[in-house]
Amino acid sequence: MHAAVITFPGSNCDRDLAVAFEAAGAKVSRIWHKETDLPQGVDVVGIPGGFSFGDYLRCGAIAANSPICHAVVAHAGRGGYVLGICNGFQVLTETRLLPGALMRNAGLKFICRAVGLAVATTDSAFTTGYQKGQVLRIPVAHHDGNYTAGPDLLAQLQAEDRIAFTYAEPVNGSVGDIAGVLSANRRVLGMMPHPERAAEDTHGSTDGRQIFAGLVGALTTA
Amino acid sequence: MKARVHVMLKNGVLDPQGEAVRHALGTLGFEGVESVRQGKVIELELAATDAEAARVEVTRMCEAILANTVIESYTVEIV
Repeated sequence: MHAAVITFPGSNCDRDLAVAFEAAGAKVSRIWHKETDLPQGVDVVGIPGGFSFGDYLRCGAIAANSPICHAVVAHAGRGGYVLGICNGFQVLTETRLLPGALMRNAGLKFICRAVGLAVATTDSAFTTGYQKGQVLRIPVAHHDGNYTAGPDLLAQLQAEDRIAFTYAEPVNGSVGDIAGVLSANRRVLGMMPHPERAAEDTHGSTDGRQIFAGLVGALTTA
Repeated sequence: MKARVHVMLKNGVLDPQGEAVRHALGTLGFEGVESVRQGKVIELELAATDAEAARVEVTRMCEAILANTVIESYTVEIV
């Protein structure tokens, strides 16, 4: 399985994400945002956390319009997998690969701590290794993670089983305590918590590891 | 030619920053502020000389990047 991890100016979780993919058995290519194409044979694109372009204008907005993101949108359009974490989730909503938007946390504070994260669906390559309802311990570190969706979109996400993760307790004001959302074809996942920071024994939790293992397993046997 | 873009959260979208400002105003003794909405103003210097063409172009910029129309509305002013 071949993963491409994108780096924007201001990304700061790109290396951690690459390490997590490698530990799960993936071959990883690190890609600078000015590239216009992904390497041949990429199965999964990882869009890392951080503060791309300083969060100027809106979080993820400028990154979403960078050259590589046109290639990422095309990759997703071909049925390719994409995992966006934290700022990566914001980039995915800005590209419209995922619906809704991420607004300033309801409490206006940057939140940086481990939270309980409930697995809301196991019907995706990302979450297939978990049990539905299982509560993971995974860190969040964000200022703009307040997932916003109107009633129609929320109902649609629920009806289509596209809510991947919810917070076990309210964290940032997200509607329905949503922490992660899947695309209609279930191959694009955006999530605010950082599974790459809960992937090794020294992290204090390995609850995030299964996301990478699940992807590698699904895409290696495919 | 100059264009001024106002970007605001759409009506119905909760604005936690505006609410914090409203609360701060109350703390400072300013009474009767029933609601505060916070947005942004973006000024652009344009080479264009035709106001209508400029408006069309800036509207395209708003749709492309300046506003997130999922949660924000915008107005374009040519000045």
